[in-house]
Amino acid sequence: MPFEIKVHPKVYDVCIVGSGAGGGMAAWVLSRAGLKVAVLEAGPWYDPAQNVTQLKWPWESPRRGASTAFRPFGDFDAAYGGWELEGEPYTHVPGTQFDWFRSRMLGGRTNHWGRISLRFGPKDFKGKSHDGLGEDWPIGYEDVAPYYDKVDELIGVFGSKEGLPNEPDGKFLPPPKPRLHELFIKKAATSIGIPVIPSRLSILTQKINDDRGACFYCAQCNRGCTVYGDFSSSSCLIKPALKTKNMEVFVNAMVREVLTNENGLATGVSYVETTTLQEYQIKARAVVLAASACESARLLLNSKSTRHPNGLANSSNLVGKYLHDSTGSAIGGVLPALFGRKRYNEDGVGGMHVYTPWWLDNKKLDFPRGYHIEYWGGMGMPSYGFGFGIQHLNGRFPDRNGKIKKAGGYGISLKDDYRFYWGASVGMAGRGEAIALESNYCEIDPNGTVDKYGIPVLRFHYKWSDYEIKQAKHMQETFQEIMHKMGAVITWGLSGPENNYGLETPGRIIHEVGTTRMGNDPKRSVVNKFNQAHDCKNLFVTDGGPFVSQADKNPTWTILALSWRASEYLIEQFKQKNI
Amino acid sequence: MKRRESIKAIALSALSTGVLLQQACTENKTQQSETPQFTIDRHPFEKERDTRLMSQRFFTDDEMATIRVLVDIIIPRDETSGSATDAGVHEFIEFIVKDIPRHQLPLRGGLHWLDNHCLKNYGKIFRECTQQVQLEVIDQIAYPEEARPGMEQGVKFFNLLRDLTATGFFTSEIGLKDLGYMGNRPNRWNGVPDDVLNQYGLAYSEREQNETISFENS
Ligand SMILES: Cc1cc2nc3c(=O)[nH]c(=O)nc-3n(C[C@H](O)[C@H](O)[C@H](O)COP(=O)(O)OP(=O)(O)OC[C@H]3O[C@@H](n4cnc5c(N)ncnc54)[C@H](O)[C@@H]3O)c2cc1C
Ligand code: SF4
Repeated sequence: MPFEIKVHPKVYDVCIVGSGAGGGMAAWVLSRAGLKVAVLEAGPWYDPAQNVTQLKWPWESPRRGASTAFRPFGDFDAAYGGWELEGEPYTHVPGTQFDWFRSRMLGGRTNHWGRISLRFGPKDFKGKSHDGLGEDWPIGYEDVAPYYDKVDELIGVFGSKEGLPNEPDGKFLPPPKPRLHELFIKKAATSIGIPVIPSRLSILTQKINDDRGACFYCAQCNRGCTVYGDFSSSSCLIKPALKTKNMEVFVNAMVREVLTNENGLATGVSYVETTTLQEYQIKARAVVLAASACESARLLLNSKSTRHPNGLANSSNLVGKYLHDSTGSAIGGVLPALFGRKRYNEDGVGGMHVYTPWWLDNKKLDFPRGYHIEYWGGMGMPSYGFGFGIQHLNGRFPDRNGKIKKAGGYGISLKDDYRFYWGASVGMAGRGEAIALESNYCEIDPNGTVDKYGIPVLRFHYKWSDYEIKQAKHMQETFQEIMHKMGAVITWGLSGPENNYGLETPGRIIHEVGTTRMGNDPKRSVVNKFNQAHDCKNLFVTDGGPFVSQADKNPTWTILALSWRASEYLIEQFKQKNI
Repeated sequence: MKRRESIKAIALSALSTGVLLQQACTENKTQQSETPQFTIDRHPFEKERDTRLMSQRFFTDDEMATIRVLVDIIIPRDETSGSATDAGVHEFIEFIVKDIPRHQLPLRGGLHWLDNHCLKNYGKIFRECTQQVQLEVIDQIAYPEEARPGMEQGVKFFNLLRDLTATGFFTSEIGLKDLGYMGNRPNRWNGVPDDVLNQYGLAYSEREQNETISFENS
């Protein structure tokens, strides 16, 4: 068969690579402004109303919800992806670690994310001014606030007005009431000066428009919501954007590189259709990369030309550098007070109802920046792993009749132990800010590794610094205090210096950002404060790549706000004929 | 009021989509009864893999017969619910060892360890021992902290089998009902029931009452 690259006859105004948070938002804003938009998505079509795992019972999965290589968060999880993708490897500089989570599907990782939707605060944009570390953003909270407001109103997020200085309030829907274990946590933590407030999740506790239903409290947002009660880019941005008729979505379209002309400007992209392996080119007046922070860096580095010998938009040599993920450490156990508890439907929303924002003053601490705490526990739906390790419970705690039995066992009395101890688990995890370092990066693998499409792959180099390890130590101490105070018994996660206080492998928190960071100085940054490449004015990056620092918040709400802001700027540039 | 209606409508529509899917599945069934039915979203390659795993057999008839005896010793019928085999736990174990192959060796090896242990000490393989002897043997391996030296292999095997039996049972329809899990259905979360709050001496603060979502009669 002759090798032929097909060129789409139509020239689009904008070609967007990736349909996750950053791509979906850009697609929605640009198509509604009347621009002709092509969205290229490497994965297949996905619609939670069609691809249903919600409200299914454990036995509908032959593995009872156990994870597989294809569904690392369990058989009912909506992710089409994982830490390893078949035929799409990545490599590491020896002695360093980075785990890279990719979802290949319409909507990307927003289909199964945790819906924790936090704004960055004023301090989060100006880290260096506060502690001399890292770099300040070229923008401040006031630049982003109007877009956070718009995202809140368009997408919906519940929360409570708290008036905290670095945890800006949003346009909140009412939050759900705490669950029982959350009341225990709140009581214990607040008694030792650790605040616990309603969580902020993009889940509709009230209906906000006719396209989306309100949440009906099934606790399964990670499975995707058939009534679109939670935010996914696929259902809440791409689908409505398609209604404008200004947008076309190409699924199974794996972009290889950005095409440029002799002036160094972007002219479109080339991609391979993954089911037919047919090669295509698609032309556009501007290109928006939103393939996720590392994937967009990979695309830029793979887009070499005489004008951009170093990769596109990389005259600073910083594409791929300053890669950073949130820190994480966790502890869990049981709350004996809840043994033998009364049954009722405790599912609630698909995530925690309360959380702890960062509350301390770093001047009194031996590490910079903070972390927030996420909580879980209670009477969740049983799945694979239920009842494992009962011998660690029933030899330790009295049973229903107040008797401490021999650990382990079998028979009728064991059967009752499973019932008795169920619903008493409780756990917590910190998510903290790491300092972005130039020495943590991804690059094109210098040993020539390619993926199954022949696209050169990434090699990672990442090492935690002492700051992050000290932060994890602090998390562990805090969690132990809270657990102790509430009368819980820690059964897992207790960690010491031997494993960096449980500090997770970089990448594991799936908040990787920073690879195309923004700034005013083209020598020290990749994009400007409107996510526009310094070296190529019709090229934008709207995923987590442009983050200068990943605060002690989860990144997605900020990706959405910045993507909206960048898209408006792009529209303005079109209007002024600058592009 | 409007909100409540819409929630009802949504719950209904969500349910009816489920019903439609079920119908589609049963129609398929009559056409090709060989292939297993999937009621959850599956990629073609997931379908292919699961179908293949389901068509293969790992345990021999003898091994399976022993597993059936063992899982019912671990979770027997009682006044609340049926036994492990009533809930299909043995079938779950047959599937899960093909899905998670690292369980294969410990389970197969454990079964053979058990039979040899019984042969040596009681002259018969486990399944052919009297029930009284079977329980005597299980007593030797079911209590990790008290098992005598030399029983480590049996303890390890039994721990794994106990885990898989518990998971298999309490994720089955029988087990879920037994456990009293009441979720996985459209509802309106109105907070912890009052009697439960009272039981633990807890209460919602005024802010929690006033600024959270609440529903009349849920
Ligand atoms: C389990 C989990 C829980 C999470 N919880 C939270 C949370 O609670 N709060 C929060 O803020 N964040 C959370 N996150 C992180 C959040 O999902 C990401 O921050 C967000 O999705 C990033 O958006 P993005 O657009 O940059 O990338 P993605 O959402 O990953 O989308 C990128 C898209 O680009 C496509 N793509 C990649 N390469 C190419 C290519 N070459 N050509 C064409 N298309 C391509 C991908 O297939 C994908 O669809 C979580 C993530 C996971 C996995
Ligand atoms: S918890 Fe609510 S929003 Fe999340 S999947 Fe269930 S119904 Fe949808």
